[in-house]
Amino acid sequence: MRRLNTLTNYDSLLDNFKDSEISSEILAKIKSHKQNITLMEVCGTHTVALFKTGIRYSLPENINLVSGPGCPVCVTCADTVEKAIGLAKRKDIVLFCFGDMFKVPGIEDNLDSARAKWGANVKLMYSPMDAFGFAKSNPDKKIVMFGVGFETTTPLFASVILRAEEENLKNLYLLAEFKLVPPALRALLDSKEIKLDGFILPGHVSAIIGEKAYSFIADEYSVPGVIAGFEPVDILEGIYCLTDMVSNKKSGVKNQYKRVVTFQGNLKAQEITDCVFTPCDSKWRGIGVLKDSGLRIKDELNRFDAQNLIDFDIISVPDPKGCLCANVIKGISKPTQCALFKTVCNPNNPVGPCMVSSEGSCAAYYKYGR
Amino acid sequence: MTDTITLSMGSGGRLSAKLTEDVFLNAYGNEILHSLDDSAEFEINQTRFAFTTDSYTIKPVFFPGGDIGKLALCGTINDLTAKGAIPYAVSAGFIIEEGFPIDVLKRIAQSMRETSEKTGVKIVTGDTKVVGRGEADGIFINTSGIGIIADKYNISSKNARPGDDIIVTGTIGDHGISIMNVRENLEFIPQIQSDVSPLNEIAHALGEVAPYIHVMRDPTRGGVASTLNEIAKSSGVNIKIFEDKIPVGQEVRRCCDLLGMDPLYIANEGKMVIFSDPQATKKVLDILKSIPVCRNAGVFAKVEQTPYSENVPPVCMVTGIGTSRFVPLLEGEHLPRIC
Repeated sequence: MRRLNTLTNYDSLLDNFKDSEISSEILAKIKSHKQNITLMEVCGTHTVALFKTGIRYSLPENINLVSGPGCPVCVTCADTVEKAIGLAKRKDIVLFCFGDMFKVPGIEDNLDSARAKWGANVKLMYSPMDAFGFAKSNPDKKIVMFGVGFETTTPLFASVILRAEEENLKNLYLLAEFKLVPPALRALLDSKEIKLDGFILPGHVSAIIGEKAYSFIADEYSVPGVIAGFEPVDILEGIYCLTDMVSNKKSGVKNQYKRVVTFQGNLKAQEITDCVFTPCDSKWRGIGVLKDSGLRIKDELNRFDAQNLIDFDIISVPDPKGCLCANVIKGISKPTQCALFKTVCNPNNPVGPCMVSSEGSCAAYYKYGR
Repeated sequence: MTDTITLSMGSGGRLSAKLTEDVFLNAYGNEILHSLDDSAEFEINQTRFAFTTDSYTIKPVFFPGGDIGKLALCGTINDLTAKGAIPYAVSAGFIIEEGFPIDVLKRIAQSMRETSEKTGVKIVTGDTKVVGRGEADGIFINTSGIGIIADKYNISSKNARPGDDIIVTGTIGDHGISIMNVRENLEFIPQIQSDVSPLNEIAHALGEVAPYIHVMRDPTRGGVASTLNEIAKSSGVNIKIFEDKIPVGQEVRRCCDLLGMDPLYIANEGKMVIFSDPQATKKVLDILKSIPVCRNAGVFAKVEQTPYSENVPPVCMVTGIGTSRFVPLLEGEHLPRIC
């Protein structure tokens, strides 16, 4: 394989990872692999990148790619959305949430329609610091951050909570609905509903938790995994590594994304996360309750916990009838196998969460699929 | 469709189109309105006119590279230009919220004067309404404009032909990312300048190759991808984009990478997409490059020879690594992702 050019700056570095010649070379090597294998791209950003780079449809048929549970919006239960809507409807509360949570369906409404219909106070945030600033300048309102996301997102919220504690801010709250990636992978491997030959492991999450967090995949389940970046060469190299490991019956975790991911991960981010949060059982859409797969605010910081503001009943919401999101999240079904896909369910009328987020599998298949 | 208006219906994608169709075309559609081009075209006493209107609301009112006044004039001037019209005159209507500072209004008016002088397009009539506090968000401006189309131009979204070269007059996504950067305090440094600028020189300059210009559109809301999808549908053709030919500024590309957004779907306010007969493309590019705001013009896509089908997305892209993918119409709001 051709060596990458000497890297002088970020842009020439990235250009190397978009190089068409290098991509073609790796793709040719992947095509020489003849065995049937199923690989899971765990992360939603990979799902989209596989479409946007056109790689998904360039791979030979014997390499089956399935999308995993790595879209934070997709694994968020309708019950959780109902909690957020209920809070946002209260006149004394302003709810801050990320853009792709707006359309996730609850029972009858989503946050977007609740805003239009009921005047629910929902604001878009790019960073939890937006909510922090708003809380400081609006002391008469209770500001709730809708905390959804994986290990990449939690340190941001943790740092904001620590700052709120430091500044003794009394009107900022967090609805912590965070999820952790490794327990979900373990659940998939334990369930045996799908036979996976390898994982394309997330790039962003791994930057925080480090290569070390996945050792159990190889040690306990003998399945190979490669942490990969998001440029074409990253993804192709990741897939090639996996085909090579499968052919040679090797397990282990390889790190293709070394320019970002270290073995230990981001220790500072881990430290502040540990200061604020503690693991708890969490319900995943499609998968169910997984032990220690979520994060909640520690008891000593309980005053920031928006769960304390919930003065209404939370009804457990069943998955919509006919919706295959549960199986899509687990990689058992492809979006195109769902009877609702494109017929009833589309990005403007999402039935299940995988159609909502731009990084959800169904939305990606809807947008880019053939 | 929901029974109330949602923000997604104003984002220039499929929902906006559906709202226009269900409500407005359904209520008062006519042969001129149905063309849904940037400007309406009609003839009075053998003179062909282009007529257009647009309302502007933007936060913040002043942004890097422009302000709501400049935007309101440029938008209407560019919509007229997209019909091959020489803009003649515009109107300006203001809806102002009680409490809005007069010195800010003066700065906006001054900026409109500058654009008017630069383009030679006079603001000839206007209106002011003041509404109570909380009944409008600061200031809204509506501008309408009228221009005369030179005889040689025959431009319409329906006129794309197989083989046409598709030109964009410069880098894409600058306006949308610039606004998002300041509005949402993303603090991307260096600050990205909006591309808001008048393109009226184009119609005049391309006069000598006018018969070879089949379609012109300014890709504002919804970006270049939405514009190409609409044209492809109107003309019944397929379009192929070449990813490595799309002009995107380095800062815009980085911001988009970070936010999970695609520059093809981001608004522009000083760019034109032009479908040119291939035999005239070189000449068209030479002319465009002589206009300062179009100096980075280049061909980035082509109308394909393949038959159009309702069931297949009409716009596709050859990626930088030689694979291909669809570039569909925007669905609802283009929102940044969580991580």
